[in-house]
Amino acid sequence: MIRVQAEDFDVGDEIDRLTSGRTHIGGIATFLGLVRDMAKGRPVTAMTLEHFPGMTEKELAKIEVEAQERWPLDATLIIHRYGRLAPGDRIVFVAAASAHREAAFEACMFLVDYLKTRAPFWKLEEGAAGAEWVEARESDDLARARWEADSSLAKRVRPA
Amino acid sequence: MKLLYFAWVRQRIGIAEEEVTPPANVATLGDLVEWLKGRGPGYAAAFANPGVIKAAVNQEFSRPDRRLSPGDEIALFPPMTGG
Repeated sequence: MIRVQAEDFDVGDEIDRLTSGRTHIGGIATFLGLVRDMAKGRPVTAMTLEHFPGMTEKELAKIEVEAQERWPLDATLIIHRYGRLAPGDRIVFVAAASAHREAAFEACMFLVDYLKTRAPFWKLEEGAAGAEWVEARESDDLARARWEADSSLAKRVRPA
Repeated sequence: MKLLYFAWVRQRIGIAEEEVTPPANVATLGDLVEWLKGRGPGYAAAFANPGVIKAAVNQEFSRPDRRLSPGDEIALFPPMTGG
């Protein structure tokens, strides 16, 4: 499931909703991303997330389908917020549920690595010196490329 | 065609979207960016380094050699920084 929203969310409620009535789920791996109060050694007072409505949801849906093709998942959830957020605020929540932990852990990491480089979101950080757009990090591209170069992790947990 | 701008591309140009009719020699996405560069200082600043600009045609990521049609919706933006 994909949700792109301005509103905050409750992690416990989201997990409950994801697992409700699905007792074949054996484990859920989750990632919760928060607004940091520092960037490149300077304090951050606020962060505004801009996105491309419509395309964002499409890209996230594609990433979710790809994860479901690679791993035996029972449920997945991606929530991404937009708008102006403060340090400590929740930005993104990713959950992958499966019968066993390996698929859940790996799919969760895959979803986060992919959404960072493929979902059309941009971060604007505010600090004492004004506002500055966050620059894309090469390490994020490398993290994603890892899944493309070597699918052995996926193969390992896929039923033969 | 309809153009959409995001993040610092939007800020440098000063508008979020516009309708344009480029000349006939603008056939590809790469041509479009080159043509836009000549439309004013804001555009020149936004597209000073076209190699970093990402683009989506009708909400699909597209490369500079992608051919364009008059009814296309083209979004131009910096590398994404979500998550």
